[in-house]
Amino acid sequence: MAGVSDVPAPSPARRAFPPNWPLRIGLVALALYVFYASSILNITWARFVEGFGHGGRFLSRMFPPNFAADKLALLYSGMFESLQIAILATVFGILFSVPLGLAAARNLSFAPLAWFTRGLIALLRSFHPVILAILFVKAVGFGALAGVLALIVASMGFLSKLIAEAAEEISMKQMEAIRATGAPFLSVLVIAVAPQIMPRFIGFSAYQLDSNLRNSALVGLVGGGGIGATLFTAFQRFDYDFVLTIVLAIIFTVTVGEILSGWMRRLFQ
Amino acid sequence: MTAAASALPRRWHRFSLSERILRSCFYLLAAVAVIWSIKTIEIIPEFLQDAPAQTADLFARMWPIDWSWYKSGVHAALIETLHTATLGTILAVLLASLVALLAARNVTRSVILNTIARFILVATRSVHAMVWALFFVAVFGPGALAGTLAIAVHSIGFTGKLLSEAIEEAKTGPIEALTAAGATKLSILAKGYWPQVKPAFLGVAIFRWDINIRESAVLGLVGGGGLGMALEAALENLYWDRVGLVLIIIFGIVIAAEILTTWLRSRII
Repeated sequence: MAGVSDVPAPSPARRAFPPNWPLRIGLVALALYVFYASSILNITWARFVEGFGHGGRFLSRMFPPNFAADKLALLYSGMFESLQIAILATVFGILFSVPLGLAAARNLSFAPLAWFTRGLIALLRSFHPVILAILFVKAVGFGALAGVLALIVASMGFLSKLIAEAAEEISMKQMEAIRATGAPFLSVLVIAVAPQIMPRFIGFSAYQLDSNLRNSALVGLVGGGGIGATLFTAFQRFDYDFVLTIVLAIIFTVTVGEILSGWMRRLFQ
Repeated sequence: MTAAASALPRRWHRFSLSERILRSCFYLLAAVAVIWSIKTIEIIPEFLQDAPAQTADLFARMWPIDWSWYKSGVHAALIETLHTATLGTILAVLLASLVALLAARNVTRSVILNTIARFILVATRSVHAMVWALFFVAVFGPGALAGTLAIAVHSIGFTGKLLSEAIEEAKTGPIEALTAAGATKLSILAKGYWPQVKPAFLGVAIFRWDINIRESAVLGLVGGGGLGMALEAALENLYWDRVGLVLIIIFGIVIAAEILTTWLRSRII
């Protein structure tokens, strides 16, 4: 009998789901921050309500989208220029990224070069394509060339980082085998390194083509040519029905581009 | 058997005939696309010849950097950019959580709702934040409100997609246990799904905040408030030494945000 009374009764305070005080305090802090930030940014309910009125008028002016022949001609020329920008930026971006990425891989290059290249890649990556486009518009003037150059640099930042990471993960056995035959450095790269990083390389090249297609709509907003320039002009002229046509065309092109690059990835893997 | 064996090709090929034909077609298509782009893209040769001189001029004008402008022109814009990115991310995570719950097939058992939610995720993602900013500036007028909404709406797609994938990967065990105990829908979400998706949720929110810092720094170029407005003001007046200052500040916060998020992720996840 005594043995039974020795077993401590479960404390009534223990609950299956105890209140999560850190979470509650965090949520209150978050709510306070939202009020504080809204007051700093001058966001008020009155502005929202006023905006929704504008929004209704805005939407009614956007519908139906404008498919007039002269607008479509503008749309096509802008879209083709965007495509050209995206294709050229991807091709040259890949060409420049390969040496940069390999130089940044710590197992293939030597330490000072690898660290220098890593710094350069970080620098390239930290600038938004729009900022690059502004700088290139100043350097080479308005138009598609500035857009292409801006997106080449943006692609280099992204691709060479991934190439460096892929190259650092390769198995060194193949490299040692090819080196042992006395092959020069370039042969080692082509025979031992390239086949190991190729599948991933094609994957992110396809992704970069998508991303450049999307960004080619962006560089035009600051003078880099392409569909973005057409879109910006339409906005400035309050041609909102044409704006909707352009946005639909961009969504369509980006979606088709994603499907095509998905095919490309499957074809090569 | 012997007939079949002798019919086998003598030479070993890594890929089947159809694969090789498809790949050759792809290479041909890629070459045609590149040649078409190079031949038809509009590049003005005079601008190209001028480029080195213009680039040298650009850097010469940026130097020395106008540090004195920071206090009067940049500091407020920097604070505004940080709040825009943070508030936009909070709003995006809230909206994306709702859309993600609708998109997750294990939580919402309705194909129609799933499809609508998935469409929202795709549409918000494929229109760039700057294009969203153009819209919201037209609706709400220029300022941080338009920028915050642009950041929030554009981020729904990315955040919601990753969240819905995390929800769909949740284990069914705890969910079934709670259902068997008679828990309400809300309790199942809070005690069954939330603990399982919490790491992914925090990781995605932090990652998106990092991206949004970059994005919100340029939204001002189209009227979305923050550092972009300061950049636009400096560019309009050709104060290149002030442009240089804003670029350095943007570079600084992008690097700081990357370091901070890397640290946070290693702490939390």
